[in-house]
Formats: sequence, C-alpha cells, structure tokens
Amino acid sequence: MAKIQLNGKKITIKSNFSIFDLIERYKLINKKIAVEYNGEIIPKTYYKKKILKNNDKIEIVHFIGGG
Amino acid sequence: MKKDIFKIGNKIINSRLIVGTGKYKSFLETAKAVKASGADMVTVAVRRINIIDKKKPILSDYLNPKKIIFLPNTAGCYNSDEALRTLRLAREMGGWKIVKLEVLGNKKTLYPNMIETIKSTKVLVREGFKVMVYCTDDPILAKKLEDNGAAAIMPLASPIGSGLGIQNKLNISLIIKQSKVPVIIDAGIGTASDATVAMEMGCDAVLVNSAIANSKKPILMAEAFKSAVISGRQSFLAGRMKKNLLASPSSPKKGLI
Repeated sequence: MAKIQLNGKKITIKSNFSIFDLIERYKLINKKIAVEYNGEIIPKTYYKKKILKNNDKIEIVHFIGGG
Repeated sequence: MKKDIFKIGNKIINSRLIVGTGKYKSFLETAKAVKASGADMVTVAVRRINIIDKKKPILSDYLNPKKIIFLPNTAGCYNSDEALRTLRLAREMGGWKIVKLEVLGNKKTLYPNMIETIKSTKVLVREGFKVMVYCTDDPILAKKLEDNGAAAIMPLASPIGSGLGIQNKLNISLIIKQSKVPVIIDAGIGTASDATVAMEMGCDAVLVNSAIANSKKPILMAEAFKSAVISGRQSFLAGRMKKNLLASPSSPKKGLI
C-alpha cells in the first residue's frame, strides 16, 4: 500500500504499482495524455518501469476545449 | 498564378481560419462547428483529467487528432514557468511541436504579459518548438518576437472574448508590413465581417473561438466564417481599387441618347 497524490487528490494504491497500472485503473490506455511524476515529465516508454511510492505527486493531463 | 500556400514552419495549413474549441455547449456541437468552419487546425487547452468520473467523454473522442491539427495553448498561464510546463506536457502528449504560447498579464483584460511572453518564446525556440505567439499589437514587440524565432505573430484585435473587432488597424498593418513570418489575428474577432477585414488587410489567417461558439447558431456561424475568410483572402490577393474623392460613372457616355 502507498498513498500518493493524483491531480491534487490523495489516493491509495497497492504496493509495486507502476504509472502504467495507474493509467490502466483510470482507463487511459491509448488516450492522448501526459504524465508528470514529481514535477518531471515521464515518457510513455517508462510507464511500466516507474513504480510509485508514498507521497509521490502525479499529474495526468489531457487536451480539452480551449481558444 | 502562384498557388496561395499558408505555412507554419514547414507545415502546410489548408485553411486560413483556425478555430478554438472552447465555450461550446457540447463536444458534438464543437465537432460540428469545426467541420462547418473547414478549419484543419484547432486550438486546445491542457488540463488535468477527471479522475472522479472515468466514463466522461473527452475532446479527442469527438475530434480526431490524426485528421485535425491540435494546436495546444497555454491559456490560463500567467508566467513563463507555467507556460513552459504546459507546452512540454503538450508535446509529450501529442508528439508535435507547433504550439500556441499565451502568457497573460491581467485577469480582467486577459492582456498578454509581453515580458514573460518574450522570455518563454526564447526558451521554447531553443527547445525546438514552433511557437505561435499571442501578443499585443505593438509593432516593436512583434518584431522582437520574430527576431527571437517565433513561427507566427498573433496580435490581438481586441481583448479575448470581447467581440470588439480590430481596434487598432494601423498597428496591425504595421505588423503585417514588417513581418516575414505569418501574422494571425488572435482574439477579439466578433463577427464574420471582422475576419474579412483582417484578411483584406493582409493577415495570413485568423483565429476565432467566441464569435462562433457564443453566436446563436454556432454551426451556421462557423460556415459564415469559412466564407468570410476565403472572401477576405481573395479580395486581398485581387487588390482593391483606388479610393477616389469624386464619382466615376460605370456606364460609358458614348452613344448616350
């Protein structure tokens, strides 16, 4: 178990949980998203390698309507 | 006649009307309006995903980024760091490099902060971005942006979402005259004829959001803008007649009974 912050909200995840597992949980596989891990942008190829730990801060963003 | 091509960097853009995707009632309306406008480039914003409601539809369910060029913007950013963070995330998301930089200076007027804008342009150009820059209509600052590698200069016609049309035609003309990169009117266009005027003045393109989205019939207005931009461009290329103080009859005098 670990407690992380996702998009400003505290969530609990299982241990040995990767960024890939996280985006799978939110049904975002193959969606146009970008992930920021503790302030650093993580390329897609690293999603499986990056294991989340307590107090990590994750931001997942996507495109919305805008002018 | 030479083909009239509009390019940002090396990328050919088919339509000189770029549309925003904000303020619509639904994604379906957004998609229909984009289609009616004929635009092949649309601006989009970068925001957090909704983690509460996983099933909520998202923009890219309605607009295919493979068919339409997404132009990520930095709307809502008030300093260089926020803008850079947003565009780096956008690049990771989309993989493309053409972006719209917009660093705001005031919440009420949404007027650009040109000091932070120039600072951000320099960094983004160094990082390989093709930066289209929302800016004031000051010709000196516009030149400064071009000198720092901006891929397009995007002066405001009037404040974002105001619909007041081109307030300072002289400044816009000066910017058009001096610029070697495309000049695109961004913000303040209120109705189709404003877009025609901008194009007749020699702008390379216009960017429109509120004038379409906030009209009573957005899809019809999108179509109106499509024609308006084409008309304005054709009129510019055709070259208007000279203005005369006095009348000049259109029918010949010879053979008058």
